[in-house]
Amino acid sequence: MREAAAIATEASLLDIRNLQIRLRRTRGAGLSVLDGVSLTVERGETIGIVGESGCGKSVLSLSILGLLPSAMRIGGGEIWYEGRHPLHTMTDRDIRAFRGKEIAMIFQDPMSSLNHGLTIGYQITETLRLHLGYSRKEARERAVWLLRKVGLPRPESLLREYPHQLSGGMRQRVMIAIAVSCNPGLLIADEPTTALDVTIQAQILDLMRQIREEDGTSILLISHDFGVIADMCDRVLVMYAGQIVESGTVDDLFERPLHPYTAGLLRSIPTPAKKNSPLYSIEGHVPALHERGAGCRFASRCAHATERCRTEQPELVAYRGGHAARCFLAEAEGGNRHAAV
Amino acid sequence: MPPSEPLVELNGITKSYAKPVSLFKRQTLRAVDGVSLSVRQGETLGLVGESGCGKSTTGQIAARLLAPSGGKLLYRGEDVTGAGAGALRRALRRRIQYVFQDPFTSLNPRFPIGRLLGEPLKINRLCGRKERQLRVGEMLETIGLDASYAKRYPHELSGGQRQRIGIARALILNPEFVVLDEPVSALDVSVQAQILNLLKKLQREFSLTYLFISHDLNVIHYMSDKVAVMYLGKIVETADVDSLYSRPLHPYTQALMSFVPADDLRAKREKIILKGDLPNPLAIPAGCPFQTRCAHVHERCLSAAPSLKEASPGHSVSCHLYA
Repeated sequence: MREAAAIATEASLLDIRNLQIRLRRTRGAGLSVLDGVSLTVERGETIGIVGESGCGKSVLSLSILGLLPSAMRIGGGEIWYEGRHPLHTMTDRDIRAFRGKEIAMIFQDPMSSLNHGLTIGYQITETLRLHLGYSRKEARERAVWLLRKVGLPRPESLLREYPHQLSGGMRQRVMIAIAVSCNPGLLIADEPTTALDVTIQAQILDLMRQIREEDGTSILLISHDFGVIADMCDRVLVMYAGQIVESGTVDDLFERPLHPYTAGLLRSIPTPAKKNSPLYSIEGHVPALHERGAGCRFASRCAHATERCRTEQPELVAYRGGHAARCFLAEAEGGNRHAAV
Repeated sequence: MPPSEPLVELNGITKSYAKPVSLFKRQTLRAVDGVSLSVRQGETLGLVGESGCGKSTTGQIAARLLAPSGGKLLYRGEDVTGAGAGALRRALRRRIQYVFQDPFTSLNPRFPIGRLLGEPLKINRLCGRKERQLRVGEMLETIGLDASYAKRYPHELSGGQRQRIGIARALILNPEFVVLDEPVSALDVSVQAQILNLLKKLQREFSLTYLFISHDLNVIHYMSDKVAVMYLGKIVETADVDSLYSRPLHPYTQALMSFVPADDLRAKREKIILKGDLPNPLAIPAGCPFQTRCAHVHERCLSAAPSLKEASPGHSVSCHLYA
């Protein structure tokens, strides 16, 4: 892991420690949606979170901004911003000063996150006037500059247009313009390109790279697409059934996956070389909340599961170079052998 | 597979819609513009393109779910373009089937799986109740579920299982030709792999011919023998899968191919990032439809539309660079 000294002198931009997200008031009250999730994001770094639907990656991103659905609550753990702002204890009122200013978010579908009834101009200047106290005129000028920065044509007239008049790619650019309007320290991007066509996807990823380089913004990128993650990130976290099961640098993770789940996912991608052979697929399904037993959550689908895996929960253990995995097999090998599937 | 006659042939197919722009004015939207394709028996033709390029419309015309506005559709050499509803039902519906992207919206939530799968047999009066149950059970096993699923309802199934049902329903009539319209786009990668494997297995077992529509270049590569690339209602390039992926000719295909991750996902590739968006399909520019985003655009592209010409055997491209 990172040297302790460095952490002491300069706190991480975002530091999530042992976060638990639980369901409120259900039959099985207290069921955990997220279980012991810890992660840090350093300044200027891009962290990827990858996993299949229902693994909790979106819940994680929502919890950072205090946007959890009403059925969920933080049941334990801490979320620190810049080492001194405890986001996990803040009231909704206090967290609003961070949301959109220090930490901004872009979602998968720009159509449902932009307001249909308000002009593009209003939606960009709103943030600037609220958080930075700009005058109407200043905000307008900055908005034009922002639209140009994200590569949109004819920014002046765009300000008077409505979201439905724009294409999907243009809307996502507007979302990014709003997100970076206050120069946030952290940009959370939840499947930012999933709803877009491949040529547009490449443009948007390129824009995010440009913003990271120009403004030094850290990015937390959530995606189910390993290609996008490999392309954009420094470090990656793999989530499965509400837990981080593996984390490491892009190189470590893709070259030497330690967890059988990661290895299985990588093998199931239909890359060109696999054309004439059957694809590997992970049998079974992700256990639902109430099906998560005492053992390893991947045990029911793992070809190497032992009796111990079914009864005892492995810890996330860090090995060489900070490459960590939650697997007894990796533990037995001391993280020296990558996972077979 | 012997190089046989094409099973399905689209010949200069167009499909246009009149879109009202104001109370008195209508504008023509050409969703599909002069598309010619042929699919040989036992082959998979991949159709790739971005949203709104007309690939689903083309698929629906190939399955004769939609009637084209112009051009001809041949099935086993027979013109079925103008076939009436009765003739279609008798002759074609059993032989051509369609699998939709989202199995949840294409399965009636109030019917149990057994009834959903038995319905096509019943409508076509192929067998009695007893035999129907038997065939439903067999089909469920073929697609990797057990017969007990016949009593369940669509909402009880996962996305991957629902897509299996969508496929089973298409296959229960023993068709020859199946149009698969983004069949794995809504699924997670591990489930996607299961469905792709299943589709390949079924193709071998039942000697099926596929038209496989997808925007995912990896999936298209994995599934197809031949690939056609569509842009704004036109085929811009078509070739064998290897030829297309290793030597793309059209600037649009070249850009698409630059996004295909290498087998080693970490290998950084030079990506060709296109300027701008797809033009509004109501206002497609004269000349080459790709001119607004093309890096090689020259004067001729602005005035004359290129046509699909063979650049090397089996590899055709619609671009002035190769004319």
